[in-house]
This record gives sequence, structure tokens and C-alpha cells, in this order.
Amino acid sequence: MRIYVAKLRDYEPIVGSDIIDELELCASKLSGVSIQNINSTAVGGGVAEILMRMVPLLQELGINTCWDVIKGGEKYFEVTKKMHNSLHGQEVHFTKDEIDLFIQTNEMNAAQMDLRGDIIFIHDPQPIGLISRKKDLGHKWIWRCHIDFSNPDPFTWNFLKDYIEQYDVSVFSAPSFARDLTIPQVLISPSIDPLSDKNSELAQDVIDGVLERFNIDRNRPIVTQISRFDYLKDPVGVVKAFRQVRKYIDCQLVLAGGGASDDPEGMKVLAEVQEEVNNDPDIFLLLLPPASDIEINALQRASTVILQKSLREGFGLTVAEALWKAKPVIAGAVGGIPLQIAHKYSGLLTHTIEGTAFALKQLLQNSEYARKLGENGRERVKKNFLITRHLRDYMLLFLSLNHKGEDIVYL
Amino acid sequence: MGNMSLVSNAPFHFYTRQNLTYLTGRKARNLQELLDGIREAPSATIYHHTHHYLQQHEFLSPEPANDFAYWISNVLQDDVLGERVASIDLRQYFRLHDIKSKIITVIEESIQKGSDPTRNVPAGEEFHFMRSQTFVFPTKYFAHNLVKFKECLQQVSIFSIYYHMFESRLRLQQEQCDFSFWVHNALGEEELARAIIKLDPYTRTLENLRLALVRLVERRLNEDIRGEAQRL
Repeated sequence: MRIYVAKLRDYEPIVGSDIIDELELCASKLSGVSIQNINSTAVGGGVAEILMRMVPLLQELGINTCWDVIKGGEKYFEVTKKMHNSLHGQEVHFTKDEIDLFIQTNEMNAAQMDLRGDIIFIHDPQPIGLISRKKDLGHKWIWRCHIDFSNPDPFTWNFLKDYIEQYDVSVFSAPSFARDLTIPQVLISPSIDPLSDKNSELAQDVIDGVLERFNIDRNRPIVTQISRFDYLKDPVGVVKAFRQVRKYIDCQLVLAGGGASDDPEGMKVLAEVQEEVNNDPDIFLLLLPPASDIEINALQRASTVILQKSLREGFGLTVAEALWKAKPVIAGAVGGIPLQIAHKYSGLLTHTIEGTAFALKQLLQNSEYARKLGENGRERVKKNFLITRHLRDYMLLFLSLNHKGEDIVYL
Repeated sequence: MGNMSLVSNAPFHFYTRQNLTYLTGRKARNLQELLDGIREAPSATIYHHTHHYLQQHEFLSPEPANDFAYWISNVLQDDVLGERVASIDLRQYFRLHDIKSKIITVIEESIQKGSDPTRNVPAGEEFHFMRSQTFVFPTKYFAHNLVKFKECLQQVSIFSIYYHMFESRLRLQQEQCDFSFWVHNALGEEELARAIIKLDPYTRTLENLRLALVRLVERRLNEDIRGEAQRL
């Protein structure tokens, strides 16, 4: 995958020079402060992808920022994967050995790592135990949770809570992830990068080429859902809603996603969707390999309406991606989606298959309304879900560490 | 009467502000819980839910009102109460405490008239109480006269416009905002100050508000130019 690391001023034509100026203003108040990011992997996964883009931008803003990765064996990462699943609400049992391994690996890293930042910024549960060094090192410590925390397994939650409450502040991605904690909880939504392959402008011939490759007719309306094949994304519900609509409107459905080949549950879901689709020539099930960002971008840009009919969702950044392309979006009112879509202003929120079908008919038959929703959605993403806003929030978070409990801070 | 060439000894220094949002962990499933939450909310929470939408919902078309009204209308689906809370004229209040009291009164009246306070919304659609921490920064923009003031209005961020139009009224606890206060007191531009006070910032997008301010200043500058031409 090609990752283009953009310069701050590359964003100016998109967000405006005033926004870039204010980022520089904010950064000037952090001069002399060093930030040390720590997570569990340098490549792969959403956190590494965010840090890969964010760290150079913070450095460009003159903030002394570095990024380190903890060490851990295969078994340790099996335990943390289990922990991840249990935080998503899956019922998981941990053995004493597994818990001991988690603690020991964190202790080993805590002893060996050079924890030098004025602010130590820990990402996700894997390195959470490094906080044990706070007593002897001091510094300010932030714990950033990138995971859906709305329904964590009680055992895992209580285990992590003891660590979390030793931090100065915690950060969550959506309001529904807020927990009962003795330390402040900051809301910082994730973001999309408008200059990445997944979101940058595409030439029409690139879009047409992708449609041609998948035999999708560009002359008929295209309804798309981009998501992995997962029960929580309700792909079968999407097919059922589409069928209700197609009785009246000639259109096509694209269900595109990846990650099924190494995921037994994903394969099962895919099989169920295939059965439901029953070789319908107007429904395209696309299993995309990793690094299909340009294909996803093209499919989203070619779509007439985009669905995200999730039954449960973390933040749901695919919604922001679709809105950024000024597409009308119909999505489930779950997780971080209501933050991105104000119902009837920047998209439509639905709860049922019938509701989704009804909304879809409305948008396919009222192109002006659909266009307005899409335009509003793009504007909303521009103001709230681009990487520049994320950058600003991180800088405010760093500044907040010296202004605890103050409602208004004059700098 | 002011004059566009009048140079103030007290230049207008543009500030800007940014907010960091905190989750309180408190949520409401129904109207009663929303009311209880509002009653116990600190000013930073009332401020967040009645003002953050002004920047976040920067729509091209008219936007929903405050967070409480949006949730009551769209999630709780009490359209009448939602409309009442949405139409509270925030402009007439200069203290967050007064805004809070008004919202409480409107909800209490609605419950007395029959709104069901215990009907729960579906799981996952609760109202989450939050609060804002505001960071105020001085910018590089100064204006000594109306010409420069107009230039600055065109260049500063919408957050700066927001700070001087909205937060200043809450800070000064009066009808004046920073802009009207300065043009009146530093430049003697009474009429322009009155025109700025008359703008209702709560029903415009911030870009639209910027445009309205620039037009008002431009109009005043053109009057001066016409007056000058007539004298010549």
C-alpha cells in the first residue's frame, strides 16, 4: 500500500489557510514540549496508520514528537487479541497464565523502554501497563482508546480500569464509549485523510475502469455498502432492503469488503449473503484484497447512494469517507454514526430493513434532496472529521494537561 | 459620527478559540433523565450543548438547533417539545445559567402538559452529556480603523468570528459583542454598532455571519466615500 505522507500546507486548498494558521498558533503554545507515542505495532492496523500520518504533521508543526513500539511475543499478542475481542463485548475467559503474561510483558517493556517524553501518549490496551513507571518518572500520561468500548466484558474492563485510572486523562472516540472513571475522559473522534488513496479525488477514467473491471453498469443507479462481511454490518439486511426497492426502481447493489478469507465467521456470513443474493445479476459481492483503497474510493464515487446499515458500530469511518465524497448516506443510528450524520440534514438514520428501503426509495427518486444531503455531509466532514481537526484536538489535549478543571484557558 | 479614516488608539485585537470536548459519562434515556441531567449540569455542559453545534453543524442549508432540541425531536420524537426547545431565543440570554433555567422551564411545562417523561429511547440512542473546555488564543490580526477591520474579518478563521460574536456576549454578560463594543467605543460608530447588535448569529452559519459583518462594514465605508465625494 502506498502511503503518501502529506505536508501540512497540502491541506490548505481543502480546509482553508485560516485553519492551517490556527494549527500553527496552537502548536506555538507547545514549543519545548515533547510527545512520545507508544503502541503495539509499527505497521498494519488503524492506530499505526493514524500515527504514520499524525507524527510527521506534529513534527512539521515544530512539536518534538516521536513514536515507539512495545515488544511482545506471539503469545502475548494472542492474549491482547482476546482482550480486544472481549472489549467488543465477546465473552472470553482468560487463564491466570494469560493475565500473568500480559502483566510481565508490560513490566518488561516498562523496564527496558526509554520513556522520555514530557507527555507519554499510550494507544490502546496492549502497552497500558507502562503507566507503572509514572511514580518514578513523573511526566504526563494519556491513554487513548481506539476501540469500541460501549459494551466491554466486565472482567476485562475491571482489569484495565485499574491501569486507566492511574493516567492523567483518557481519550475515547464516541460518546457511547464513555465509562465511569475517576479521571477525565476526552472525546476525540477519529478522522479521514482527504489526501489518502481512499479519499483523494479520482479521474473519471479511473472510476470507469473500476466499474468496468467488476462489470457494474454505470448508467443505472448504484447502491453501495463498503464493509467487511460481518453480522454486525447486516449485509443480509442490506440485500433485503435493496430487493424491496428494486421492485420499483431499476438499480444495482454493490457489497464490497475484505478480510473474509482468514476470518471463519466472515466466511460464514459471506456464504449466507451469497445464498440470499442467489446469483442475482444486479447484486455485486466484491471480496477485495487488502490495499484496495483506490477501488473502494472509485466504488464510493460511482455510487448513487451509500449504505452503512450497521447493527453495532465502533466509529464507522466508512460513513465519513462516503460523506466526504458528497454522497447521500443511509446508515444505522449506532456507535459513532449519529456523530457524523444529523438525521435529514447530512444523511438519513434508520433502524430497520423496511426503514432503510423506504429511505433508499426516497433518495433514488429525489435526486435534488439526495444531492443536498450529500453536500451537507461533505461540509460536516470537512469541519469535523478530517485529519486537521484530529491534529488540533490532539494539540488541545496536550495543552489541557496543564489546565485541569479550567473551563476557559487564556493562552 | 465616525469616519473610516478615524484611527483608534485602542486597536481591535482578534482572538480565536478552540474547544476540547469532555465526556461526563452521564446519559439520559428519557425526558425525565434529560431534565435531571440539565438541572445538575455545570455551565460548561450547558454551553457545550447549546453552542457547539454552531461550529460542528456548519451546513450549507439551515441547521438543527441545540443538541437538546435535536435529541428531543429526532430521537425522543417529541416534535412539539423539540420545536419549543429549538426556538428558545438564545440571543436574549447573556448568562448560561439563564439559558439553563429557560430550557428546564420549557421541559417542565411540557411534562405538565402531557409529554411522557419516562418513555425510553432505543438502546444506543441515549443523550450523552458532555462539556467543553475552551482555549483562547491571540491571533496576528489587529485593526486600527474600519478598513483594516473589514480586511481582518475576511481573513480570520470562523472560530475567531465565533469568539467575538458569541462568547463575548456571555463573557461581557450584555447585548454588546466585542465587535459592536469596539466600533462604538473606539471609533464612535454608533449606527454600525447597532446594526451589528441586531444580527442574530444563532440562525446563520458562521460563514454567512462573516459575510453579513463584512457587508455592514462595507456599507458604512461606502457611505463615507459618498459623503467625501459630495463634499468635494
